[in-house]
Amino acid sequence: MSEAKKFNFIGQRTIRPDGHDKVTGKANYAADLSLPGMIWGKILRSPHAHAKILKLDTSRAEAMSGVMSVATFDDLPSVSNEAIQSGEGAIDSLDLGRNVLARDKVLYHGHAIAAIAAKTVAIAEKALELIDVEYEVLTPVLDLHAAMKADAPLLHEDMFTQGYPEQPEKPSNIAARHELKMGDVEAGFAEADVIVERDFVTPTVHQGYIEPHACTVSYNTEGQSMVWCSTQGHFDVRASTAKLLAMPLGNLKVIASEIGGGFGGKTTVYLEPIALILSRKSGRPVKMMMDRDEVFRASGPASAARLTVKVGGKKDGTITAMQTSIAYEAGAFKGSPAMIGGMTAFTPYNCPNVYCETFDVVVNKPKVAAYRAPGAPQAEFGAEMAVSELAEKLGIDPVDLRLQNAAKEGTQTVYGPKLKAVGLVECLEAAKNSPHYKTELKEGEGRGIASGFWFNIGGQSSVTINMNPDGTGTIVEGSPDIGGSRASMQMMASEELGIPLNDLKPIIGDTESIPYNQSTGGSRTTFATGMAVIEAAQDVVHQLKERAASLWNVTPDQVEWRDGSAINTAGEGQMTCAEICAKCEKTGGQISGTGNVNARGAGPSFAVHVCDTKVDMETGKVDVIRYTAIQDAGKAIHPSYVEGQFQGGAAQGIGWALNEEYVYNDDGVMENAGFLDYRIPLASDLPMIDTIIVEVPNNFHPYGVRGVGESGIIPPLAAVGYSVGDAIGANVSELPCSPPRVLKLIQEKG
Amino acid sequence: MTKVHVTTSINGDETEFLCEPHDTLLDVLRNDLSLTGTKEGCGSGDCGACSVTLNGRLVCSCLVLGVEAEGAEVGTIEGVGEADNLNVIQEKFLEHAALQCGICTPGLIVSTQALLAENPSPTEEEARYYLAGNLCRCTGYDKIIRAVMDSAETMRGEVK
Ligand code: FES
Ligand code: FES
Repeated sequence: MSEAKKFNFIGQRTIRPDGHDKVTGKANYAADLSLPGMIWGKILRSPHAHAKILKLDTSRAEAMSGVMSVATFDDLPSVSNEAIQSGEGAIDSLDLGRNVLARDKVLYHGHAIAAIAAKTVAIAEKALELIDVEYEVLTPVLDLHAAMKADAPLLHEDMFTQGYPEQPEKPSNIAARHELKMGDVEAGFAEADVIVERDFVTPTVHQGYIEPHACTVSYNTEGQSMVWCSTQGHFDVRASTAKLLAMPLGNLKVIASEIGGGFGGKTTVYLEPIALILSRKSGRPVKMMMDRDEVFRASGPASAARLTVKVGGKKDGTITAMQTSIAYEAGAFKGSPAMIGGMTAFTPYNCPNVYCETFDVVVNKPKVAAYRAPGAPQAEFGAEMAVSELAEKLGIDPVDLRLQNAAKEGTQTVYGPKLKAVGLVECLEAAKNSPHYKTELKEGEGRGIASGFWFNIGGQSSVTINMNPDGTGTIVEGSPDIGGSRASMQMMASEELGIPLNDLKPIIGDTESIPYNQSTGGSRTTFATGMAVIEAAQDVVHQLKERAASLWNVTPDQVEWRDGSAINTAGEGQMTCAEICAKCEKTGGQISGTGNVNARGAGPSFAVHVCDTKVDMETGKVDVIRYTAIQDAGKAIHPSYVEGQFQGGAAQGIGWALNEEYVYNDDGVMENAGFLDYRIPLASDLPMIDTIIVEVPNNFHPYGVRGVGESGIIPPLAAVGYSVGDAIGANVSELPCSPPRVLKLIQEKG
Repeated sequence: MTKVHVTTSINGDETEFLCEPHDTLLDVLRNDLSLTGTKEGCGSGDCGACSVTLNGRLVCSCLVLGVEAEGAEVGTIEGVGEADNLNVIQEKFLEHAALQCGICTPGLIVSTQALLAENPSPTEEEARYYLAGNLCRCTGYDKIIRAVMDSAETMRGEVK
């Protein structure tokens, strides 16, 4: 890849190929498919946050007229503790099975216990009331403090903390402890002129996708069963569902519907295995949909966290040591992104002395799922708040302090590798030069700035481009399109083939029409699936040249491909893609190109956000009045959708910082399980979100692409948090900065 | 329970259906009439994904009963435009990349149409407040608001 590379399509703001269907209501999402003979499934959920199931009797419900089938944990063939790939990490299949349908114990309010399929939703709901369950109610463990106490009630009697040299004697709610270090933090702090040490708390929040989980399935005893669902990874749905139901992968076809938002939350299964059991037992197709309330109570939110952060710096602005200890709530089963928190917390800094300790802790809340840069926002919130405070104490501009200590090519990370070329410095400089940063604050306004780091991943993607006899083609990819990625795939294929965008139609193939693809997550799609598209398109070009060569009776290397046509360099002649495709019959049959990659070299994307707020000192209400999101995209394939990722991440981060949190009562019942009380940002809550796309190419991608989906949610927590503190003249340590909490800070400072 | 017979007009088409007295208009549209362009995000009036018009008034169809459609005129996303003949708002949503996942889009387009029918020259703030009942989790609203303001301008004939 060279700087001078001229693009025909890349970098344009094209109309997305799936756009018309979406603005006319024709696009089919998870809940939009119905099948002949279809019945409806509903789930019985635990009314307790922590209890033993003493008795579970479904016989009265089964006898009710209109009820077609019932499912409980006993319908899952014996599942064992085996790891299955799910979303952005592996998950234990026994835990997954017990999360899908409780066995012996319920571990959170809303935990699924049994399910019923009936001719109508109303009958199914009535029948749920006829299921007899007897519980022995146990004390719920509702936060990290309670869970980590030595004598805390245990969620899992057989869980011993991993990560110590020897297995501890007693079981614990702490699933694992991890440690990452480099240099000597003690020596680093000894060198420091100023040390900032603070505790921070962040709440449980939800991804808040507008489309609830839903699926329509049909079990087929003889051949292939079908699952239609909204997911970021239909191959992972197939793996998880097949594992839980002990089916060979080939017997299950999963079709990814259009997906109405996911943000990491649609990377695992909740309904699909249950629906298949209900379908198997009734012989009917089954549709299931979660209510919004069920989405909040029983699908994976993001971890609440508690952290202590300590950073030290010299008068000249050198950061000498950075240290943190972070505990993450995993929910009912182990597997929070704790370790990632340690890996990301201080990566924006070139500091030789770093120590991070993290804990993965189970509590009686729903099992967490990935949420945009999972684990990073919590850790980097604390780190960035502390660095901003350090800048203030040292009397150095917060952007300058970050620039002086910025991670760059060659910086050693605490998790192992040295960074390749990255764009943090460029982002910070863009922030400094932005009209926003140059705007003077007025009385009562505050400003916060923060950086964010996310690794990005590559991984396995497979793409086929099938050419049609008229010279158009279908791009069959396997990455569910969550935010417009089909537009990028189309552009990349057009770029290589040199034919018009609309001649290439990208589709998301089901699990039987294309090889395995990792899920859409980790900001991998435009990078890795994009590489597979480019490879597949190059394969098509190669074949087109061969066919042209055979028609001209020359060798393929005498044919050049230019702007969608083959050029005969050995003589006269030019043939368009359409002309070659029309003659395929005579030259050896139809053309299809493949690209199968396991992409390495994903380039990290750094982000820097600037936020100005104004606080109503009487009510504690915070208004975001100016916001700028700056991020390194490597190369922006479709700038509008890149900006959209920045803006969407910023908005979610602003919600996390200002309003969103799970509110529990003492019994562990979530009290705000609806969009009215769990308030995500509305159009009237936000200003325009300015964006600056920085492009420091990732040399491992043919066009220089870095994933952009995740970093954008990291900086807002501290950018907003610090800005609020700046506006009211107090230290913010707990999110969200909701009116009561901000008012308390105002009153405390008097 | 006995089903109720309802005669109504949907996007100008005379339509009859049978529904339970407790069925919402949203359920009827989606499940009985296969008009799945209207989406369900919450079922409780909090997200706006199910926005339709009832006798010209913008409503959440999850809060309206199917039987209330008797003798009424219902407008849904399916009536806003066609793939080969898009309405201005639909075109502007595409041009401005005002959708990512698109689940909020039908509701937002129906709401924007209602907004611009009531107020052809909204300020940015008016647009933001009018659309505050339509949640979008993907976009941060920036590009949506741009699409709405541009639609208004275009519809007023002030083509840029
Ligand atoms: S589904 Fe009607 S407002 Fe959300
Ligand atoms: S585009 Fe996804 S919710 Fe609006």
